[in-house]
Amino acid sequence: MKTKNNTLLYILFVAFFAILLPAGYLAGLLSVNTISVWGRYFCFAIAALGIDLIWGYTGILSMCQAFFFCLGSYGIAMHLLLKKTVASGATLPDFMAWNKIDTLPFFWQPFHSFGWSVVLCLLIPAAFAFIIGLVLFRSRIKGVYMAIITQALTLAMWLIFLRNETNLGGTNGLTDFNSILGYSLSSSSVKLALYLVSLTVLCSAYYCCYRITHSKFGKVLQAIRDSESRVSYTAYKVEDYKLAVFVVAALLAAVGGMLYLPQTGIITPGRMDVKASVEMVMWVALGGRGNLKGAVIGALLVNFLYSICTSLFPDSWLFILGFLFVITVLYFDKGFMGLGDIIRQKFSATRLKTSQTH
Amino acid sequence: MLLNVNNLSVSFGGVHALNLDHFSLRDKELRVIIGPNGAGKSTFLDIICGKTKADKGDITFNGKSILGKSEVKIAEAGIGRKFQKPSVFPGLTVYDNLLLAAKMKKDIFTSLFFKSTPALEEKIHQVAVKLSLTNVMYKPAGDLSHGQKQWLEIAIVVLQDPTLMLIDEPAAGMSDEETEKTGALLLELSKSHSIIVIEHDMKFVEQIANELVTVLVRGKRLTEGTFAEVKNDQRVIDCYLGRTNAQLETL
Repeated sequence: MKTKNNTLLYILFVAFFAILLPAGYLAGLLSVNTISVWGRYFCFAIAALGIDLIWGYTGILSMCQAFFFCLGSYGIAMHLLLKKTVASGATLPDFMAWNKIDTLPFFWQPFHSFGWSVVLCLLIPAAFAFIIGLVLFRSRIKGVYMAIITQALTLAMWLIFLRNETNLGGTNGLTDFNSILGYSLSSSSVKLALYLVSLTVLCSAYYCCYRITHSKFGKVLQAIRDSESRVSYTAYKVEDYKLAVFVVAALLAAVGGMLYLPQTGIITPGRMDVKASVEMVMWVALGGRGNLKGAVIGALLVNFLYSICTSLFPDSWLFILGFLFVITVLYFDKGFMGLGDIIRQKFSATRLKTSQTH
Repeated sequence: MLLNVNNLSVSFGGVHALNLDHFSLRDKELRVIIGPNGAGKSTFLDIICGKTKADKGDITFNGKSILGKSEVKIAEAGIGRKFQKPSVFPGLTVYDNLLLAAKMKKDIFTSLFFKSTPALEEKIHQVAVKLSLTNVMYKPAGDLSHGQKQWLEIAIVVLQDPTLMLIDEPAAGMSDEETEKTGALLLELSKSHSIIVIEHDMKFVEQIANELVTVLVRGKRLTEGTFAEVKNDQRVIDCYLGRTNAQLETL
């Protein structure tokens, strides 16, 4: 019964986003910007899957996923900017010239090549996650302390990225790209292609996460969430498991960031400020943590709401989000997905009652 | 001797929780430890399984020192622990609880690509039958009754197949019938495992204590003997009834 429901949900999801939306665009009912906006939401959903793995399943509240997301975005942004600079005959991106820098900083060099950029976009977040995780998990830092430390780390990184001396564009971030792999970013077909790539990556990421959570590895993660000490006494090396899932979550965030960049055309440190990193966790909280579908739906729905609310009531988005969050915590702690279950239960209960009275 | 403990001491904030001069356990022996509240019984097991770090002393298990090793190392060496307060994985089903416990390689990659085998299923099933868990196999462990959780935790320890089982108050919160069944099970397990049991329920102790009983009082070993000897020892009676006794005072 449950698997049947799942399959139906998957088919509906894919049919809607892979067929209906593009068809709507081709028929001229939707603008290409709408398509692009959903493509961006898919990137957030990919990152949300990672948050669900580390927080929903393993119970580690990591507030630095926004930082990993930005690492992915910045990597691709550096590549695109270099390509544009070289094409225009200059040696340095504009902002560096304005900052009176005469040689390209060493860490920009590998980003000339697309291949290296992709590798580094994955390798750097993974390495960061590995080192952070190694230190934190070895020192047995848990619960709220983990959240505080990772949030502080994100804040520190945000401050570093804000500085002009970091040579990553400072407050303005990196922007003004024109093409990716030779295709113009402003063309509608490239936008549609990026949308479809994001959707495909989201679906494959979902599949991988599904396999992970349904393997014995996933059960160990849940066991760590429930009773960490019992897992150690059962001879599992808890730190190894936490470290592995932290790296996987960082990679998912980075992949989301990589796909996000060409679809928005700008990345600034604002993507990893405190508000952004809390918001990412909220997608999963509202969608339903410990539930992969919840993470995806949460990320898509919250961002969709965001775009509606910011155009209707521009100043009150944070109040609306906060209100939703309070309601979720108070009344349905399993999020939107849990809400579905509650309604289904109520429905079947009333049906049972009516069938009994007849 | 399977387990040898010498001059083990630990104190919490200046209070000597445990000050054990000597303790040893034979292979396949079932030992019961009794003593009034605060005697250091659970602390003793905590130190053996690596939960609490001792201030000084030494513990050898199977000829190797295990003091100060991590919980995982100690578990791998073959020591399994059941806690006083049942510690299971409430969000997982009973079956998953048992599956995670079962003895096998437990690194990340083995877990990621794990495929169950008929032999393993059979083993899990046998243990579940032994502990009457078969009809709740696919229920979340958090929904079980207290007694069932106790059994589930014992099942977890059994599936780990340790050489030494440390069982802390297995009969707490159980009905008489359940208690007796638990006792019978421990006796059966003692044929193939060494077991240390902590218990307050004297009827239960009488049922399982075929060999030695150790009495701990205020972190020290008061006496060691058969259940009959211990039961009739005036000092033991006094410390349980809270009567002052000259010999106790000198301890």
